[in-house]
Amino acid sequence: MIAPPPELQTPAAGDIAGHDLLEISMGPHHPSTHGVFRMNVVLDGETVVKLTPVFGYLHRNHEKIAEKNSYLASIPYTDRLDYICSMTNNWAYVLSVEKMAGLAVPERAEYIRVIVSELTRLQNHACLAGFLLQDMGALGTPMMYAFREREKILDLFESLSGSRMMCNYMRFSGCRCDLPVGWLEQAVKVAAGFDSFLDHFEALLSENEILRARSQGVGVLPRGLAVNAGVTGPALRASGVNYDIRKVDKYGIYDRFKFRVPLGERGDVFDRYMVRILEMRESLNILDQALRDIPAGAIVDPKVRLRNLRPKPGEAYGRIESPKGELGFYLISDGGPSPYRYRVRPPSLVNLTVLEDMCLGHTIADVVIILGSIDIVLGEVDR
Amino acid sequence: MLGRGILRGLIETWRNFQGSYYDPARLTTVQYPEQKLPPQENARTFPFLVYDGEDFLAGMRCTACSICAQECPAHCIKIVKDTAKKPDYLGKMQFQPQVFNIDMAVCMECGICAEVCPFDSIKMDHVFELSSSDRLMVLQKADLAKSNDYFRQIHPAEAAAVDAARAGEQRKAQAKKDASPVPVAS
Repeated sequence: MIAPPPELQTPAAGDIAGHDLLEISMGPHHPSTHGVFRMNVVLDGETVVKLTPVFGYLHRNHEKIAEKNSYLASIPYTDRLDYICSMTNNWAYVLSVEKMAGLAVPERAEYIRVIVSELTRLQNHACLAGFLLQDMGALGTPMMYAFREREKILDLFESLSGSRMMCNYMRFSGCRCDLPVGWLEQAVKVAAGFDSFLDHFEALLSENEILRARSQGVGVLPRGLAVNAGVTGPALRASGVNYDIRKVDKYGIYDRFKFRVPLGERGDVFDRYMVRILEMRESLNILDQALRDIPAGAIVDPKVRLRNLRPKPGEAYGRIESPKGELGFYLISDGGPSPYRYRVRPPSLVNLTVLEDMCLGHTIADVVIILGSIDIVLGEVDR
Repeated sequence: MLGRGILRGLIETWRNFQGSYYDPARLTTVQYPEQKLPPQENARTFPFLVYDGEDFLAGMRCTACSICAQECPAHCIKIVKDTAKKPDYLGKMQFQPQVFNIDMAVCMECGICAEVCPFDSIKMDHVFELSSSDRLMVLQKADLAKSNDYFRQIHPAEAAAVDAARAGEQRKAQAKKDASPVPVAS
């Protein structure tokens, strides 16, 4: 076995004079690690003095498989990256291919993409808030309430794309199928119900004194470190950095919608939780506008063929604001039927790199909620 | 006041608890094995092969063109072309598959095979509860073949569109046949 480089090696027990350190391996089967994630934690009593993330338990060779398959056949594989938000994964990939091949997207398809992406953001954040509160000890109840709401959005996805989680819905220069009859009315109803759900969900725990004592000041991510480490998404905005790719890049038709970007102040676990709650409100805002303005028309450019896409040699990097952060796909084409190089920039993995800095000095129980507040999905970390 | 947030939360929990007895918005689950929700029309699980008429071998729409096998992301479809041809719905002689296997253990239910099929032959099914004590999950041609009536039943809108398109083509082919001069035996 190859020994890891010295900076990755955990200190042996008893390194710090006068203390006996305890090294424990947390995960990959620990229920709080949100998947098969392992960390080597070195503890002084209950305090973390060193933490080494170990991942790779869910590696599925995604990038190499995509370099063997046709461009079309990679779309279902992107569903399996961040399996909670398959719609946004689809969008990031087709956006890169459209950039590389120079394809235009019809108006209606752009609106549908915005609608399904914001629905995805709603259900991802609801899911995360439920899991995070569960990690903090609010067992079951908030998670069940969040999943009840998520269920309604998944039903919408099923009637639209045929599958609840592995949607496989977007295609190059459009979407796979048009909205079923009555779908928009149903979506309006779900969005309206989600607003009142958020009110109730906030009443449930946001003001709870125990939750505040547990999460405020824990796992602070300083602004400078967040920027330097390349952290993106709600975790970055909770540290007070105004950076939302929907605003910065204005991909798709996001320049047409009025919405605000919620920012945190201190960058602790509570801020990251609160930023997500506020982001859900803004997503509802976008949804209202998109559901009101969606035009009739084609959902896919009829000139673009489904199969045998061979973009001209070149490269492209398409990125979107996925619910977890900046999700980008970097593609190089050599003119063949499959990409020469295919690289995913996963937000979960990059956000995970600051885990140790956030955890040092906190107790082992705080590690669980700090990890939960980053919002990782292991399918995306390991790929 | 300290504890106000906790009280607000508990009121919320109480409202949800008592709502779960009568409020339809709170009764979201069904008792699964006894009670089943009907699948949505667009739902997709596994692929199947559509055939017309009674006999699945004679009515098989598949022409063994292997487009689905090439495009399948997981490469779980295996097709071997038969040397003998058979007439299709327009009376044209077409190839047919001698072997058509789908490995259900590998299939990822993405539906790309159904999307790329130019002959409306492979479609997505609604079946689930497929667990078995047998570990071989390779479905063969006879297991995959399902009648057009079944297709009409599970995807009414899509099947109607396919039937209309095929009937139109049949009429066109018939008209062409009628218009072309009958070869006179010399």
